Amino acid sequence: MKDTALFHQPLIEALVDHPYIEDFLTSFGLIVKPGSESLQHYLDHLDPDNLEDLGIDAEQLRQSLNDFLDGMLAISDPMDKVKTLTIIGGHDKSGTAENLELTLKPGEIICIVGPTGSGKSRLLADIEWVAQGDTPTGRKISINGQVPDSKWRFSTEHKLVAQLSQNMNFVMDLSAEEFIRMHAESRLVTNPEEKVAQILKQANELAGEQFAPDTPVTSLSGGQSRALMIADMAILSKSPIALIDEIENAGIDRKKALDLLVQEEKIILMATHDPILALMGDRRLVIKNGGIAKIIESSDAERKNLIILEELDNKLLALRNRIRTGDTLENI
Amino acid sequence: MRFLTISGPPSSGKTSVILRVIEALQAHEKKIGVVKFDCLLTDDDILYAKKGVLVKKGLSGALCPDHYFVSNIEACVTWGHENGCEYLISESAGLCNRCSPHIKEITAVCVIDNLSGIGTPKKIGPMLKSADIVIITKGDIVSQAEREVFASRVKQVNPGAIIMNVNGITGQGAFELTSLFENASDIETLKGKELRFSMPAALCSYCLGETRIGEEHQTGNIRKMEM
Repeated sequence: MKDTALFHQPLIEALVDHPYIEDFLTSFGLIVKPGSESLQHYLDHLDPDNLEDLGIDAEQLRQSLNDFLDGMLAISDPMDKVKTLTIIGGHDKSGTAENLELTLKPGEIICIVGPTGSGKSRLLADIEWVAQGDTPTGRKISINGQVPDSKWRFSTEHKLVAQLSQNMNFVMDLSAEEFIRMHAESRLVTNPEEKVAQILKQANELAGEQFAPDTPVTSLSGGQSRALMIADMAILSKSPIALIDEIENAGIDRKKALDLLVQEEKIILMATHDPILALMGDRRLVIKNGGIAKIIESSDAERKNLIILEELDNKLLALRNRIRTGDTLENI
Repeated sequence: MRFLTISGPPSSGKTSVILRVIEALQAHEKKIGVVKFDCLLTDDDILYAKKGVLVKKGLSGALCPDHYFVSNIEACVTWGHENGCEYLISESAGLCNRCSPHIKEITAVCVIDNLSGIGTPKKIGPMLKSADIVIITKGDIVSQAEREVFASRVKQVNPGAIIMNVNGITGQGAFELTSLFENASDIETLKGKELRFSMPAALCSYCLGETRIGEEHQTGNIRKMEM
């Protein structure tokens, strides 16, 4: 056990530094009346009939509390910084070797392209699972040039990948502000209010249409939801890799969204077939038959074309706004 | 034979997750058996049979489903063993949240879904709190923040468990989960084993078919609310 003193100090004092102990106990249905008695005393004097009703085994409760405290200490530990992530090639579905070693760094945007079923998800899953030749592709993932700690696989506090896709929605019955606050509290950040304000501000900058902090998350438009998800992912999520499955065109400034993630030092992996997003990336991995068939670096010529594409896009966007405001499109 | 108990609230995605695991195990040509416990009706046995695995269906009907489970599971394990299964999976829904099919020294899995609400982890008893592996499903349709909050609530009530996200539709995470199943408890019989936690007791007049309401009809293990 890490901190035996904690079990012997009066519960009322222990809860000052470790308020989450009370949350832990109440989440088992136990009633906590903090006083001068110690945590140890509290645990030793729980009513066995009440435990039976709640479905708790006293010994197991003690074990869970120890595990929980270890987990809480781990959250406050500074997370190992991911400076590089290397994909060491395996093979495609026919067994053809990929023959590559690809190193990704924070702030890079890597696009993943290929038809449905080509193996994009498997590549992303290999990264999330920090594959060690033990997945169907035989790929290996190393972090900072080394075989990674197995904690990346199972830890809920130190998840390697945060994910955003088109299908994701908010389902909680909370306002935007309450929602972000709850997320911040669950991550035990020291300054939750500051983070809440920062995220709401960023989300409003990314969203085409502004929203108030007390808007229920379930009433946000598609663009506003996406904007809030990205701002939250950039600022609150500790995961060093942001995985994005398309960002829809409507209602969000995609350039700013990517800039925000880059600024927060995420490694950005983006599955997209949108030409503008693809050209915003540093390179594109072309997936075919379960393997990485080709790596394309975005060229200067492509980047020049990006400007033309953005002009086209802005033109469409302007037309969209005219439709929204009830205008006609006889002259475009 | 590797044996696991898989439980979870109704509609949390147990069957879908098991089907994805079966596909991954079959890629290694493993012989698999599934015992599906339900109350009134289930067609899941047909889904399993379609995958070419050995299936046994048990419907508890008018009996308490978990008491029914525990009085039949030993014979199910013997059945799986005699039929040469390399993996046997029992699937049962925890219906009252206080009961749990998990057995000491047998790998215990609980499936719970992101859509069930963040209050749900603490409402579920030993089925979740004593599981070795907790699988969270339906992560593809909620936000990253909600996944993180939900996982932290699961972690709060079962901090010792391995918590994994698995998508029962696309199969994302199923391969990884299967690699954990490869280390599941290896047994031939359940003789001498014990449940991880006692099941809720009931032995009153209503257990025996009484339908009339009123003090005078209540006998046996009765408890009254404080008014």
